[in-house]
Amino acid sequence: MQFMLLFSRQGKLRLQKWYVPLSDKEKKKITRELVQTVLARKPKMCSFLEWRDLKIVYKRYASLYFCCAIEDQDNELITLEIIHRYVELLDKYFGSVCELDIIFNFEKAYFILDEFLLGGEVQETSKKNVLKAIEQADLLQE
Amino acid sequence: MPAVSKGDGMRGLAVFISDIRNCKSKEAEIKRINKELANIRSKFKGDKALDGYSKKKYVCKLLFIFLLGHDIDFGHMEAVNLLSSNRYTEKQIGYLFISVLVNSNSELIRLINNAIKNDLASRNPTFMGLALHCIANVGSREMAEAFAGEIPKILVAGDTMDSVKQSAALCLLRLYRTSPDFVPMGDWTSRVVHLLNDQHLGVVTAATSLITTLAQKNPEEFKTSVSLAVSRLSRIVTSASTDLQDYTYYFVPAPWLSVKLLRLLQCYPPPEDAAVRGRLTECLETILNKAQEPPKSKKVQHSNAKNAVLFEAISLIIHHDSEPNLLVRACNQLGQFLQHRETNLRYLALESMCTLASSEFSHEAVKTHIETVINALKTERDVSVRQRAVDLLYAMCDRSNAQQIVAEMLNYLETADYSIREEIVLKVAILAEKYAVDYTWYVDTILNLIRIAGDYVSEEVWYRVIQIVINRDDVQGYAAKTVFEALQAPACHENLVKVGGYILGEFGNLIAGDPRSSPLIQFNLLHSKFHLCSVPTRALLLSTYIKFVNLFPEIKTTIQDVLRSDSQLKNADVELQQRAVEYLRLSTIASTDILATVLEEMPPFPERESSILAKLKKKKGPGTVTDLEEIKKERNSDVNGGTESTPVNASTVALPDSPLQGSLAELVIGPRPRPSRLNSSHLAIHNLQTGIPPLFKGFFTSKSTPSPSADLLGLGAAPLTSSAPPPSTTGSLLVDVFSDSASVVAPLAPGSEDNFARFVCKNNGVLFENQLLQIGLKSEFRQNLGRMFIFYGNKTSTQFLNFTPTLICSDELQSSLNLQTKPVDPTVDGGAQVQQVVNIECISDFMEAPILNIQFRYGGTFQNISVKLPITLNKFFQPTEMASQDFFQRWKQLSNPQQEMQNIFKAKHPMDTEITKAKIIGFGSALLEEVDPNPANFVGAGIIHTKTTQIGCLLRLEPNLQAQMYRLTLRTSKETVSQRLCELLSEQF
Repeated sequence: MQFMLLFSRQGKLRLQKWYVPLSDKEKKKITRELVQTVLARKPKMCSFLEWRDLKIVYKRYASLYFCCAIEDQDNELITLEIIHRYVELLDKYFGSVCELDIIFNFEKAYFILDEFLLGGEVQETSKKNVLKAIEQADLLQE
Repeated sequence: MPAVSKGDGMRGLAVFISDIRNCKSKEAEIKRINKELANIRSKFKGDKALDGYSKKKYVCKLLFIFLLGHDIDFGHMEAVNLLSSNRYTEKQIGYLFISVLVNSNSELIRLINNAIKNDLASRNPTFMGLALHCIANVGSREMAEAFAGEIPKILVAGDTMDSVKQSAALCLLRLYRTSPDFVPMGDWTSRVVHLLNDQHLGVVTAATSLITTLAQKNPEEFKTSVSLAVSRLSRIVTSASTDLQDYTYYFVPAPWLSVKLLRLLQCYPPPEDAAVRGRLTECLETILNKAQEPPKSKKVQHSNAKNAVLFEAISLIIHHDSEPNLLVRACNQLGQFLQHRETNLRYLALESMCTLASSEFSHEAVKTHIETVINALKTERDVSVRQRAVDLLYAMCDRSNAQQIVAEMLNYLETADYSIREEIVLKVAILAEKYAVDYTWYVDTILNLIRIAGDYVSEEVWYRVIQIVINRDDVQGYAAKTVFEALQAPACHENLVKVGGYILGEFGNLIAGDPRSSPLIQFNLLHSKFHLCSVPTRALLLSTYIKFVNLFPEIKTTIQDVLRSDSQLKNADVELQQRAVEYLRLSTIASTDILATVLEEMPPFPERESSILAKLKKKKGPGTVTDLEEIKKERNSDVNGGTESTPVNASTVALPDSPLQGSLAELVIGPRPRPSRLNSSHLAIHNLQTGIPPLFKGFFTSKSTPSPSADLLGLGAAPLTSSAPPPSTTGSLLVDVFSDSASVVAPLAPGSEDNFARFVCKNNGVLFENQLLQIGLKSEFRQNLGRMFIFYGNKTSTQFLNFTPTLICSDELQSSLNLQTKPVDPTVDGGAQVQQVVNIECISDFMEAPILNIQFRYGGTFQNISVKLPITLNKFFQPTEMASQDFFQRWKQLSNPQQEMQNIFKAKHPMDTEITKAKIIGFGSALLEEVDPNPANFVGAGIIHTKTTQIGCLLRLEPNLQAQMYRLTLRTSKETVSQRLCELLSEQF
């Protein structure tokens, strides 16, 4: 996976994770273009599209779009389930997650993502193990 | 107000975030942010030491502001401080900030690396995890250099916790992707392979990703992973849905791991060991069988996960391309998906079938779905799905169904989305040509294309139809008749006018017998379109007219009248005016014989790859458009240990690298009828480089800069021959008619680039030599001035006449480099040497090099040679000695990203220390000994002198003997200087 973006229906970026080195300028340009492209698509359309030389896999959950860019040989369907598993993790951690949770606790959203995906690859698919790691960290805090 | 804030609430942060959310306008938001930035800055600068919590809070606020899209230029130091905190959450925020905002040139890198080093050594798994995540997130070369040696040890150590192992594996993967040269293979690799057997499925998942990436580059090293992967996969697919506990996802056992294992197996050919192979086949069959079982859950997650594994299995089957039974089963399965109610599955099925279509075992099976696919083209509501359908139709096309598929595509083109029209046009054009049994069908198809989607018909497409018509005399009469009819339409696309004009100019005589298409009617028809067309088309039509003068002498006066009219002779466009003048003159003074020779029918084009195919390839990347044979070759060569070593693609040989070259050449010589026969004797004109007769001058808009027109000439004269053909005819016709000589600069002599590079680090030597001439150089430079002696030696016993060397600088170069020289004696006796002095002044830094062009007569022939003159920026270097401390202080001062230029490259010569030192000194900088802590590295310093400024330059060259690579870093106070020096020096090792 090359990057993952979370953005709202209004096009506000809520989370960005880049697994390839790009300049800030390029990142902004890519984000702008992609948000526009994905928001323009209709609900029943397919979740995959070709974009530049990448494949985009996206899915909408309530007011948030989750959007991943993968390479040509990568598997679209499993990427769709990567998104779903991440949503499940957020949901479990925050207890029925909503956009506000991600806005106000953005750092947690990043920490959870890092436990789940690292360097653009799945690190741990077990929901229990990921949440255990995060909760242990929460316990360590004070 | 804030929703649940889990764990440690940072109240200040939550308040700030709600403030931002409450801002009514963008301006209000910016104002609020600026206020906050000022506040944070004052806190950071304040005398009172901040406690960890406050530091964390402010760093987190900065991060939030950055993620909103604003620039952050401070706070890095505070974030780095957090890294060494003992409190987990403070450390964690510090790492997050660094991961998101780190700047690889930052001076902080060393501090960050230190903190990471401490955490890695802490043996505290949570701290180690954070440090590894940070490395994986940043993944810079500096980090690779610092940690790539350490991480494999952590990964394979017996006492490493599982979660740390997982992070270490993926961390290493990321470093390998960015800096493979820093990740040495070693005995750890075999232990990594054995992680495929690990009890912990999370460890296996992470390790499989790492192994897959490493195996792509080092297949031998990881060969044993094949059998381990097969047995792991086998255990997963045969397990009951609950066996794997939390690794079962919606009743599918370990889908992520399964997909990864199947990916890993795609790095290799089918297993040689029969037992392993049999076991793998069983696995694949099981996966295909499961697709037929009723779903265990109605949830889409269940079917997605199951089908993700299925599609990956099909990819592996296609990749192996060896089991006809599996291939056909895969095809049938995809056939079912073609009609599935899930759009996603239809999309993927179309996509996968494209690759299946290229296997000889399944091509026929794919073809049976043609009706479904055509239907998809008509009914799918999503353009990305329709696009896949077009791709699949293209892939499944062969002689048996070409007419149907082309017809359907043309049909679809009428309503197709604008975004995919051009591609469909290209595909139709390629299929029509490739499977044309009957060339009248081909001509009809292309004309239809122009009619339906004229705007999307690129030049390559109409060039190609003309090439084909010219090369096949059985279709010329039909083509003339068809374009004539098509041109009758009141409104026709300009591309049709181009094709029509060209074809009638060549073959109009074939239909002139019919009174309905008499010469005058043809001419009037074309001329009725003339005024509506753009300049290039009008230029083409003018050429058609002069061709008509030869074809139809009876309408010569009519044509002359048109050419003579003010709107032509005094046309504001130079090209049109010149054509009109020259054609009018030609038609007046030349005898019928000369006209007939000059304006004769075009000779056949040399057979070569269709430029359209090249264009489509460029558009889609290789593989998607090549035909069956080529795909198979390419795939075989992808397989590690596959049979074919290098796929030789005959077509790419014909057109070396850019399809543009071909089309550019055609733009000039191709479809534009020239008043000359392009036969072998006339080819000699160009190759002897006797200059261009005046008639041609207008055609190749003559410019004094060497490359563009010269390249066209080179290509134009002989598109397929790279070496000069024998100078057979000397006194060629056109030279006789229109006297000789007009100066056009020759393309650079072969080898000129190499010779040029050799002079970057030295000042004297032989720059050029052929059988006739030798050019030697001697030069000296001081500060921003220099003097170069150029020696021209006549190696023959015959005199050179009209000997004229010329220095050519582009406009840009002229403003930065001042060259002065005197003309040399135009006669060079046999065996003699003449000398020319060039005085050089560097005004400002520059990128290009001047061109030295030499023209002279030798015997009866005209010689024209161009070489690059090695006056390069580094010649104006003055070495500067400095101590280690000074060096690093200056190095740090030049830390803006624009000031640094770095290049990592493979060694082209043996990596010898003494030679390298000599080269750096030759390059002009001082070689500083005992400055770099690593004695293997080379550092240098100097000042570039130009008239306007002096630019301090530091350089550092780090050899990596093991990888046979170098890393060269240049830091200077000026971006362009760093760039140029880096470019020049990189070529030297």
